[in-house]
Amino acid sequence: MSSPLALVFIGASVLFILGIKFLSSPKTARLGNLVAAAGMLVALLALHKPEGGSVWLSGWNTNFTLIIVGIVVGLGIGALGAYSVKMTAMPQMVALFNGLGGGAAALVGGLEFMHGTHGGLPAFIAGAMLFATLIGSLSFSGSAIAYLKLEGKFERPLTFPGQNFVNGLILLAILTLCGWLTFNSTGSAAIAILAVVAVLALIFGVAMVMPIGGADMPVVISLLNSFTGLAVAADGFAINNLAMIVAGTLVGSSGTLLTLLMCKAMNRPVTNVLFGAFGSGSAAKGGGEGVTGTIKPIQADEAAVLLAYAQRVVVVPGYGMAVAQAQHQVRELSDELGQRGVEVQFAIHPVAGRMPGHMNVLLAEANVPYDQLCEMEAINPSMDRVDVCLVIGANDVVNPAAREDKSSPIYGMPIIDADHSKTVIVMKRSMAAGFAGIENHLFYRDNTRMLFGDAKASLNELVTAVKAN
Amino acid sequence: MDTNVLFIFILSVFVGFEVISKVPSMLHTPLMSGTNAIHGIILFGGILVLAGADSLLVQVLGFVAVVFGSANVFGGFMVTDRMLQMFRKKKSQ
Repeated sequence: MSSPLALVFIGASVLFILGIKFLSSPKTARLGNLVAAAGMLVALLALHKPEGGSVWLSGWNTNFTLIIVGIVVGLGIGALGAYSVKMTAMPQMVALFNGLGGGAAALVGGLEFMHGTHGGLPAFIAGAMLFATLIGSLSFSGSAIAYLKLEGKFERPLTFPGQNFVNGLILLAILTLCGWLTFNSTGSAAIAILAVVAVLALIFGVAMVMPIGGADMPVVISLLNSFTGLAVAADGFAINNLAMIVAGTLVGSSGTLLTLLMCKAMNRPVTNVLFGAFGSGSAAKGGGEGVTGTIKPIQADEAAVLLAYAQRVVVVPGYGMAVAQAQHQVRELSDELGQRGVEVQFAIHPVAGRMPGHMNVLLAEANVPYDQLCEMEAINPSMDRVDVCLVIGANDVVNPAAREDKSSPIYGMPIIDADHSKTVIVMKRSMAAGFAGIENHLFYRDNTRMLFGDAKASLNELVTAVKAN
Repeated sequence: MDTNVLFIFILSVFVGFEVISKVPSMLHTPLMSGTNAIHGIILFGGILVLAGADSLLVQVLGFVAVVFGSANVFGGFMVTDRMLQMFRKKKSQ
């Protein structure tokens, strides 16, 4: 690599690092994304072939036409996905883009390996290509399953006896074949075995994600995101592209740390998320005992009176608010109460919704002022001075079983102490158990009233009723 | 193999860990989405494979890789920007 070109790639790497750095602070996050994008554009324009010569100035031929068409088609798909997706479906979109990246990484690794089978490859290079094919394929199929789970298809974990044994067997087969290929990368037999490895890796990706409950998908997507980064870095080694090595590795390591941070926010070790089959048959039944009391429904007009004459109201939003697209109605209600002199705050659990930060994004979209949003740790000490706690489509994050019931699968998870407030109004579509499949003790408390119905419709009724008071 | 490359790899691992060690939970999703866009650099790999394609099979699969990579990188940055736009709007109020 000539030195001016090397400087360009050093510059691009610095922009990636700064971009990620800026992304981790609310003030600079948007800038950070743009900085990283600028780094990507610079590196793309400076892209050279391994044998030298700019990709863009090497003359027009069929392959070059295909490259341009491919980029434009991908740009179209990406823009359509990014701008048409509803804010509530953001997690799915990230999973989808991650899967595509994984698929591309697998194809690049596989094709480079195929190319190398003509003359044989050094073991290190063959290993890197195989790693990219294997991890990329796994990330592709795993992300696809995560996408479907977030879309509401087979949300429940799928488990069967001996599952870990079968998965282990698939993994062993993959590793054995890859080990053999690393040192025997010549001839068409190698290509056939590579195809088998790719197919097994696709199956393993599905098998790995299927037993994990839908509520844990953010952690899974974060993990697969870091996997894709590592696959890209391996491709970088294989085709000797420094920008790919640096960018892929940065994503791999920061993604791994982010995955651990997410698990920490739920107070669960990462192994428990991946192999615990959280919310599966046996676990879901645990914690069901010890529920005493009865469900006490409430009507919207009665709930409106409670809210209108309260001094302090705390709203706990959850995934139900996202599904019902009710964030604008929530803001309307909060404005209406605010005008009457009621102090309204929003308590945001770190893992409310299906992605950390999900609720912040939705409420921000509805123009809820930033200073009304409170983090769980900040609001919990004063929950006993709250007159009405309005729980909108949140379930597991307000379940007191996490504090009290040692047999509950969510025991130890930090929760918002909604039950400490004087009255709790839970807005819920039906009495179905939460995403994790655990009975919620809160619903049976003496100070809890259930307001059944679609969150959006109920909130509209509440707004009208509060106005009438 | 070139040990310099391995050197860069190892340093990148540590930089990646250090750079996000203090991220608040509200930014977990945008950060994940932003890093997701950065690994879209796999587009480069797709372009290089396709540029050197010498058979129909490689052309077809290389084309798919370019489309996937392109969607990952462009879509990734755009979707992240859309998320973060929300965060900025409320501060300006």
